[in-house]
Amino acid sequence: MSGYRVLRRVLVANRGEIAVRVIRTCRRLGIETVLTVSDADAGSLPARLADQVIRIGPGPAPASYLSVDAVVSAAVAAGADAVHPGYGFLSENARLARACAAAGIVFIGPAPETLEAAGDKLAAREHAVAAGLPVLPGGPVRPEDGRPGRPADAGSPLGAAGPGGAGDLVALAERIGYPVLVKAAGGGGGRGLRVVRDAVGLAAAVAVASAEAEAAFGDPRVYLERYVERGRHVEVQLLGDGEHVIHLGDRDCSVQRRYQKLIEEAPAPGLDDGLRERLRTAAVALGEHLRYRGAGTVEFLVDADRDEFYFLEVNARIQVEHPVTEAVTGIDIVAEQLAIAENRPLRLKQADVTFQGHAIEVRVNSEDPASDFRPSPGTVTRAIFPVGAHHEISGDVAARSARHLPADREPEPGAGACGRTAAVRVDTHLQAGATVPPYYDSLLAKVIGHSTDRGHALAVLRGALDRCAVEGVATNLGLHRALLADPGFAAGAVDTGYLARWLARPPAAGAGAGARGAEHGPVRGDHG
Amino acid sequence: MDLTNADVADILALLDSLPYDSLDLETSRFRLTLRRAPGGGWTEESQVLAEPSTVTAAPDGTPATAGGAPDISGISGEAAAEAGAPDGLAAVAAPLPGTFYRAPRPGADPFVQVGDAVSADTVVAIVETMKLMNSVPAGTPGRVSRICLENGEFTPAGATLMLIEPDA
Repeated sequence: MSGYRVLRRVLVANRGEIAVRVIRTCRRLGIETVLTVSDADAGSLPARLADQVIRIGPGPAPASYLSVDAVVSAAVAAGADAVHPGYGFLSENARLARACAAAGIVFIGPAPETLEAAGDKLAAREHAVAAGLPVLPGGPVRPEDGRPGRPADAGSPLGAAGPGGAGDLVALAERIGYPVLVKAAGGGGGRGLRVVRDAVGLAAAVAVASAEAEAAFGDPRVYLERYVERGRHVEVQLLGDGEHVIHLGDRDCSVQRRYQKLIEEAPAPGLDDGLRERLRTAAVALGEHLRYRGAGTVEFLVDADRDEFYFLEVNARIQVEHPVTEAVTGIDIVAEQLAIAENRPLRLKQADVTFQGHAIEVRVNSEDPASDFRPSPGTVTRAIFPVGAHHEISGDVAARSARHLPADREPEPGAGACGRTAAVRVDTHLQAGATVPPYYDSLLAKVIGHSTDRGHALAVLRGALDRCAVEGVATNLGLHRALLADPGFAAGAVDTGYLARWLARPPAAGAGAGARGAEHGPVRGDHG
Repeated sequence: MDLTNADVADILALLDSLPYDSLDLETSRFRLTLRRAPGGGWTEESQVLAEPSTVTAAPDGTPATAGGAPDISGISGEAAAEAGAPDGLAAVAAPLPGTFYRAPRPGADPFVQVGDAVSADTVVAIVETMKLMNSVPAGTPGRVSRICLENGEFTPAGATLMLIEPDA
């Protein structure tokens, strides 16, 4: 007996470009799609593409996309075999995974225990240590250190895993060495982070971070880690079936603003081969330790100058930036997620995964870099995107027809969702008349350029961005064009401070937007 | 069926070999325009016209409305109809459309209460737009005269959040 459970109808519990992305692969595979929408998304592109649409509540996410009960009820009502949660929202929510299981519905993602282990940053750190991965010097803050006047909790959640263990806050920070980063155990997405440069502000920063973390995640626990000023953010894509784990290579996501990724690429440029291999091996070791099932990512901080790397966190879901990996491997990661959810063993062995060329993705957001990245909800009046390869690149017909994918469910080595030679891919939910609601994040589109090497991929992407136009809402397209023209980015291997420095440069140093206050804009966060 | 990426690639492959610079295609379900870009390459402007198949009642029992465009009034980012303030009072307007919060986080004390003295740069509220928390300053020194919205309520851009009685 195989034990496979063929998925015939999948409920897509998300919105925006990732909903479109998942629906497209389901359609290619002959799987029916049911989309849950909030009232604000009832007329969206994914709603028009899905076979069925179920409204689950009003615009604000807590009453719709973040409601476990609403999603599970919709899946049951629709007779869905499985729920694909996309990224964000409930994608790493163990309660949704358990509620699906209780309703006899497959949750397309890791086991609830894995979601819990990955979602608790302290627990994830412990697992990383147990799997032999290097972590930054650090340790948990005892509640009484962050919350003066409160009684001590018995036992530390991290035990002796970090050099700090538990104990006096200042002593812990001194053992780690300043600057230190205060991080929320229940955190994510850059929220609840505080950099502290000396003992003076330490207690206050811990108290604020803890209060913020409690408000945002319902979990006041915080911990300290060494803050690396000029690190690079490199991550490794994993696929696991609960028994075997393989990697699909690495990505560099160092171009960030306030911990939000803006440009990602695969492979990470300028990494020494030995270091790259150690990163990949470490990620697989952690995946095996977790008996990882599904698609996931292990994030690392890389100190390339010192040839060192440190575990940051596990993202137990598909990620926004997955298309760059799909471009260089030719693997449709959503299709593999579906196959794993069908309880099939991994269809690929490590040796089947080969890498071709270089891919770079930019995130087009509805925000205005000229006005302090002010968000720009509204109605899109026109949305023009590039199609096909750049003219200077040998984007011939064969390359484009590589986008034809067989309708069966076998893996397609050598042919992928966006071809394996010079190509442009756009993942978006925009079209004329589309609404950009104020309730959700600002991602409008991802534009991906892929070619034989990084220089050519940059050229492809520059050409692609020149052919993008979105009207009706402000976008950061101009910022991306300027960044792709910046010699600093073109040189590759930038660190996570690159974009802040670039934005803060004197206006004369470059044209246009963004020179204004990187420090004074609105704060990203979840209010409730 | 909508048009797949593969369909577009096929059309483009055909078009590339022909002496045309653009193609407009419209059916009852989609609209597609392909154009040669001035700098080389092609652009695509497409629109899926098919209405969503909204088939099921919402799980909470509220009847589902038919698919189609949602009510987007107030979210366009443009100022709402004249916010206006009664004589002698100054309006604190929403800088962006979004969710109005009176406190920095759930459970915390409100920034201000009616009767509180404020300076022009006293933060009196937060408007959350696209997951960004935008602080709203009073704008006018004086006293808080009225708070016009409930905590957590949605506000269009430009709508009056509070009224300030300016210092004499």
